[in-house]
Amino acid sequence: MDLRPTPSEAAFRAELREWLATSLPTLPPKPPPHDWPARRAYDTGWQRTLFDAGYAGVDWPVEGGGRAASPVEQLIFKEELEQAHAPYVGVNFVGLLHAGPTVIAEGTPEQKARYLAPILRGDEVWCQGFSEPDAGSDLASLRTRAVRDGDEYVVTGSKIWTSHAEVADFCELLVRTGPEGSRHKGITWLIMPMDSPGIDIRPLQTIAGSTEFAELYLDEVRIPAANRVGAENDGWRVTMVTLSFERGTAFVGDLLEAVELLSQSVDLARRTGAWDDPGVRRQAGHLRAELDALAALTKRNVSQAARTGVPGIGGTVFKLAYTETRQRLGEFSLGLLDRCGLAATAPHPLDGGGPLPVGTMVEDWLRGISLSIAAGTSQIQRNIVAERILGLPKDPPAGDGER
Amino acid sequence: MDFELSDEQRELADGIRRLCLGRLPLEVLRRNERTSRTVDRAAWSELAAAGVFAMTVPESAGGLGLGLADAAVVFEELGAGLVPGPLVATFLAAGRIEGAADGSVMVGLATRPRPGRPGTGVLPCIVEHLAELDVLVVDDGDGLSRVDPRAVDAAPLERPLDPLTPLSAVPELPAGEPLAGAAEAARWRRDGAALTGALQVGLARWACEVAVDYATQRHQFGRPIGSFQAVKHLCADMVVRTELARAAVHAGALTVDQPDVGDADRAVAGAKLLADEAALANGRASIQVHGGMGFTWEVPVHLAAKRARVLATHFGTAADRAAALADGL
Repeated sequence: MDLRPTPSEAAFRAELREWLATSLPTLPPKPPPHDWPARRAYDTGWQRTLFDAGYAGVDWPVEGGGRAASPVEQLIFKEELEQAHAPYVGVNFVGLLHAGPTVIAEGTPEQKARYLAPILRGDEVWCQGFSEPDAGSDLASLRTRAVRDGDEYVVTGSKIWTSHAEVADFCELLVRTGPEGSRHKGITWLIMPMDSPGIDIRPLQTIAGSTEFAELYLDEVRIPAANRVGAENDGWRVTMVTLSFERGTAFVGDLLEAVELLSQSVDLARRTGAWDDPGVRRQAGHLRAELDALAALTKRNVSQAARTGVPGIGGTVFKLAYTETRQRLGEFSLGLLDRCGLAATAPHPLDGGGPLPVGTMVEDWLRGISLSIAAGTSQIQRNIVAERILGLPKDPPAGDGER
Repeated sequence: MDFELSDEQRELADGIRRLCLGRLPLEVLRRNERTSRTVDRAAWSELAAAGVFAMTVPESAGGLGLGLADAAVVFEELGAGLVPGPLVATFLAAGRIEGAADGSVMVGLATRPRPGRPGTGVLPCIVEHLAELDVLVVDDGDGLSRVDPRAVDAAPLERPLDPLTPLSAVPELPAGEPLAGAAEAARWRRDGAALTGALQVGLARWACEVAVDYATQRHQFGRPIGSFQAVKHLCADMVVRTELARAAVHAGALTVDQPDVGDADRAVAGAKLLADEAALANGRASIQVHGGMGFTWEVPVHLAAKRARVLATHFGTAADRAAALADGL
């Protein structure tokens, strides 16, 4: 065990920090949260800036146009960007973290030549069409049907939780090509151009009031067979390749954001006088211990990925622990605002000081609720830990014997 | 940075695990339940011969010259083996008190009650393993002193919570001869908390292991109870608590060894806090998975829950630790 950076890790960090210090001041002002075209322009502009400096796809393999950074360097990259308050990956998320890596691993030479560079440059934005209204935790039951017609697939069905659908150019789409009930064995991975006729996008409003994701209705959308990644009916395996791409660094930015929220909360508690309450101080101290431990667990998972090349199951354990801490932190900070935490707009503080951080804290509390649902509910994650780490027996099969 | 255990650390852990299982299996340990001497001195010497107490003593002084992180890896195994005795105190004393490192002198540790400390006004000092100690070190707050355990006027307590940790009530600890100053006392508290955290991680892990074994074997409604999600989730939560606490304990101990990577006091305080919680919660959860059998004396799972309770009182309370962590915010 060694927590000290190697000379090359230290150099990577120093170089990146220096670049961020000169580049970030040149960024345009942040767009308003609900203006999605403006947000696309902002996020892809930042991606272009990263690309020009050689920092696009740090975690992508060299053959995909990336930098093949080690897992530790990926951790450093995320830490430095978050600490410098660099823009979030934003609308580039699916392209950089799911679709691109899938095309690198499973795509044809033509597909790689066509799709990878525009993702890295920020020219093209991707969204994800995996979940369906009737296929959430049980993704393998998805029913959006693709019927082969000559050189095309004709796709009909619906998708849900599709982030950035309105501003995306392509969708990584999972469709049913096998017979009904074929589950994992009858799924195909397609690239759907978002300007295809027959796509109806209906934004969904979250409980936080934002519209970052949408429902997609697909009515006989024609997709070229050349857009299939991997073999027909092999899409489940292709998807799993993507899901194992992440190297234990998925929540690095979120964790550092949580550290900052705790620090903001302590400042607020000092201002309101709540800090005089030993109970409040103990809660804050406990949260600090948890955040420190989560940072240590991240280092452990990243080190495991560096040794074995695969992220292992540590990410699942991390997400379960992080979710609980983050939700408790949300309760803690909102509680400090007492009744001023009942609206997302800040009333004028009586001490005449700066504005109260009400919006951030209300928003964070609301977003915290989604943490135990998004990317696999905590209940599904616990099943995974119990079955894959502990080897406990699976539930009796519900239908075809495999989940 | 490589925060994975090294091959040497894994071998070290394997060796101690085998020693515990071979020399101190539970059925042997349990023969001494509720007696005043629960430490098998021959086995204690074997632990010493394996280097358990002298791990961080410099090689020039006859030790292994390893770091506190290596010791944490070893102490997790001692925790998982439910090995009784003043392991941490004897480790801390090695290199300072003659005979501690080789196991011939067993050293205990007690904290002198500080007058005026809220919540302790009428409570006497409770000392562990007093009858079998060779030396008692007392943390006086501003330093350490050495006390002859035979000179301590104490009343053994019947039915100690952990049947393998005998307790005595000491109305007044005698003044001892000075052993070390305030800085060394603070180091004992920090390193001791880190290694006690490692013991707790071992207990948390063991509690989870026996719960999973039971949930796999025990059938109800025609299937193993471990196939029910309600049971699975209890077990999964045990894994999460253990892994989080282990990462924290290793980071705490390693920050002591590599002070340039962070604040060791902070890292250790957080680690002990989470390790205590993991061991306590896993002990309870494991009993729950065992159902009625878990509430019987015969099934050993209660030993982990009880030991966790004992270790959670070492080196300050959870409230002290959380408050200290908050002070740095």
